[in-house]
Amino acid sequence: MEDNPSEVHDYLKTICPDLHVARGEYDEDARYPETKTLTIGQFKLGLCHGHQVIPWGDLDSLAMLQRQLDVDILVTGHTHQFTAYKHEGGVVINPGSATGSYSSITYDVNPSFVLMDIEGLRVVVYVYELIDGEVKVDKIDFKKTTAPQSPH
Amino acid sequence: MDVIIDEEKWLAEGIASVQQNAFYMLRAVDSDNLREALKYSAQMLSELRTSKLSPHKYFELYMRAFDELRKLELFFKDESRHGVHVSDLYELVQHAGNVLPRLYLLCTVGSVYMKSKEVSCKDILKDLVEMCRAVQHPIRGLFLRSYLCQVTRDKLPDIGSEYKGVGDSVLDAVDFVLQNFMEMNKLWVRLQHQGPAQVAEKREKERNELRDLVGKNLHILSQIEGVDLEMYRDTVLPKILEQVVNSKDELAQHYLMDCIIQVFPDEYHLQTLDILLAACPQLQPTVDIKTVLSQLMERLSNYAASSTEVSDHSLALLVSSFDTICLLTMSILQVLPEFLQVEAFAKLNNAIGKVIEAQIDMPIVGAITLYTSLLMFTLRVHPDRLDYVDLVLGACVRKLSGKPKLEDSRATKQIIALLSAPLDKYNDAVTALTLSNYPCIMDYLDNDTNKVMAMVIIQNILKNYTCISTADQVEALFELIKGLIRDIDESPGDELDEEDFKEEQNSVARLIHMLYNDDPDEMLKIICTVQRHIMTGGQRRLPFTVPPLVFSALKVNSLVRRLQGQDGEADGEEAPASPKQIFRLMNQTIEALSSVPSPDLALRLYLQCAEAASDCDLEPIAYEFFTQAFILYEEDIADSKAQFTAIHLIIGTLQRMAVFGVENRDTLTHKATGYSAKLLKKADQCRAVYACSHLFWVDEQDGIKDGERVLLCLKRSLRIANAAQQMANVTRGSSGPVTLFVEILNKYLYFFEKGNPKVTSSAIQGLVELIRTEMQSETSTPDQGTTAFFNSTLRYIQFQKQKGGLMGEKYDPVKL
Repeated sequence: MEDNPSEVHDYLKTICPDLHVARGEYDEDARYPETKTLTIGQFKLGLCHGHQVIPWGDLDSLAMLQRQLDVDILVTGHTHQFTAYKHEGGVVINPGSATGSYSSITYDVNPSFVLMDIEGLRVVVYVYELIDGEVKVDKIDFKKTTAPQSPH
Repeated sequence: MDVIIDEEKWLAEGIASVQQNAFYMLRAVDSDNLREALKYSAQMLSELRTSKLSPHKYFELYMRAFDELRKLELFFKDESRHGVHVSDLYELVQHAGNVLPRLYLLCTVGSVYMKSKEVSCKDILKDLVEMCRAVQHPIRGLFLRSYLCQVTRDKLPDIGSEYKGVGDSVLDAVDFVLQNFMEMNKLWVRLQHQGPAQVAEKREKERNELRDLVGKNLHILSQIEGVDLEMYRDTVLPKILEQVVNSKDELAQHYLMDCIIQVFPDEYHLQTLDILLAACPQLQPTVDIKTVLSQLMERLSNYAASSTEVSDHSLALLVSSFDTICLLTMSILQVLPEFLQVEAFAKLNNAIGKVIEAQIDMPIVGAITLYTSLLMFTLRVHPDRLDYVDLVLGACVRKLSGKPKLEDSRATKQIIALLSAPLDKYNDAVTALTLSNYPCIMDYLDNDTNKVMAMVIIQNILKNYTCISTADQVEALFELIKGLIRDIDESPGDELDEEDFKEEQNSVARLIHMLYNDDPDEMLKIICTVQRHIMTGGQRRLPFTVPPLVFSALKVNSLVRRLQGQDGEADGEEAPASPKQIFRLMNQTIEALSSVPSPDLALRLYLQCAEAASDCDLEPIAYEFFTQAFILYEEDIADSKAQFTAIHLIIGTLQRMAVFGVENRDTLTHKATGYSAKLLKKADQCRAVYACSHLFWVDEQDGIKDGERVLLCLKRSLRIANAAQQMANVTRGSSGPVTLFVEILNKYLYFFEKGNPKVTSSAIQGLVELIRTEMQSETSTPDQGTTAFFNSTLRYIQFQKQKGGLMGEKYDPVKL
């Protein structure tokens, strides 16, 4: 979700061949969609860079996008600030900026990324954040309580 | 062809004869018949008198005879079998009729004689080496002396050797080998004059095959333990070199110089550099001296490195608790004096200069290779002497000066190796920036190679996270990489590979991020320097280089702001690095980008700056940036998809801007909503307009909670959604995007929860019912996504209702 499409794209492929990308506001590469959904195990995930959701980084507005994409986990960005937010409909995760690059929304961006361990109905989110030269690791647990499509 | 076939025949005949005579010889040996044994061995050895075989074939024949002689030697040794004392045997074999067989037999008996220790080795050695002079045919002589070498090598009088008799000294062994070496070298050199001139090339090739016979002598010399440094310096080396120089033969000189360097120990080379190097300019001008010297320098630097490691290791074992810095210093101190004492660098540098001077015809690549080796040497042996590095580069510049740009690809490759060496060594490009001759050399590269080298420099900085922290360093760096920053010659070079160009410019962009200083004033100078350089880049480069510069500058701004915050007062206006000044610079920079034209990128950067200006409380500047963004939107962004994204970015930014007073804010929000409603596609219009609702309701800002205008936006987006619906009915005969209604419903819920009094539960109720009707209408075939979206929205409402408390109460009137 950053600029320099092909070079960075190729690099990310070396980390994980199963790569999913949503378009950031500086991406020129039209290959990348504005939003993307995918299913991993029992979970439905949605990706959206976030500059399309106004106000930027606003959790209630992101929750609306989550309902729209009908996903359990929404992964988003744009603010360069790590956040994880659990609500009745699922989780909204912003992994922050892996390089800690400049943002007008967040001052003093700490580089961060997350790893998600999806197993059965449980997701464990590991957050790696570089604060003053030291890596801080945090863990967030999320359990899916209901089936994704409860009949209404 | 005939020659080859004939040779095969001759060799076969020779071998057959050797075998036959050897058979009779061995039969005589078995019956202890000395006389017969001598007779047949002499006949066998007579086969080596042939002149018909090439060195290669002659060697084959020689090896056959050699094996048989080993057996004969065993027989000679056993006096009980033949009854002749070895001293008499030594006389006896000299009666053989032909000189070559006689000398082979003499050497064989001589070996036995020395082994018996009944005689002074010195005398026998002297005798043999002199007698062998009788054979002056090059190939025959070379192999005979090679045999002599072979059978005597384990009996040379050396320190600790059992053959060192009373009167013998190491010097006798050395004299013997040296003399044999000199004789062999003469024979070897003379070989080239043998035979017709038209096969000279073939002969040189054959001659080359024989070189190790000569070199063997040097190898033996190096293994004589008694040859200490003093003897090597005073006797051995001068004599060898004298022979090498006087031979005046290219092949011999190159091979023997190389041989000297390979076989003798490195510490000897170090201590005799003067002598060795003095010989170099005296060699034939065609000798490939650069390979020889490179070899020498590599060995010396390996020697320096390995002794560092060894002492490191042993020291580490001794005092493992020591500080590493201290350890390192100590070990370097142990080796370095040796190199310093002999002034190895100065001598090598001097010698290289002389060689290049002497060999006028040496191609430029040769000279550069020599300097590269010298550079490697100094980097490894004297890593602290940057002046040496610059000296070498300077010498290289002098060699290159007055010549056109290099076109020889081998030479440019060497220059890249030369220039990469200091980078690899220090892993710090800043060090290279201090070398005054570094950029001078880059100027001699052709454009493509210049770019390759610039990339090497950038990659080195990126790999090592080298921080370039002063404007002067930045200036020097951009001078070095100017090949990537702008078009050097007039032609923009259309033949450029697009991928390569992108990669290069992305690297420059990443480099710009590495230029950093905590001090805002210095950082501003850096920004100005970078700006000045990248502005010359032209339209293809600006889209790559401007964004990182803008972000870098905005980072300075937040730095300035934080510092001002610490000082407690905002007197930043007078400081060199004032936000105003930075914004002025950015305005110019982005303007250049918008005229490229790259309007989409320029618009985004203007918005970034506007927001940063807002954070600095600079309303006029923020307004100016916004104006620029709008102008670009109006004039240069035509694509409907690009417009949709752009308007969202404008709304998103404007929503966050706290700096504007009522009047400016009104102007800008008015513009934004206006453009939103004018987008091409109805769905885009609808979404942009409901996004605009957020411009009138900002949670953090009490002043901006205009429920009325929020509702106006939402109603307007509803009307657009209706219009979209009707259009779809007309054009496609099916219902349009119901999803727009669900999206708007969600916006209603949002403002309802935020407490906007204008957004009521009955409006929500109405919308829910409208959507239900739409979805059940005959014409509509709502897609799965919309149904799921609506269902999860309903679930959400249900959840809020059940939550209880204030929120539950608020939602109570909504019936699902």
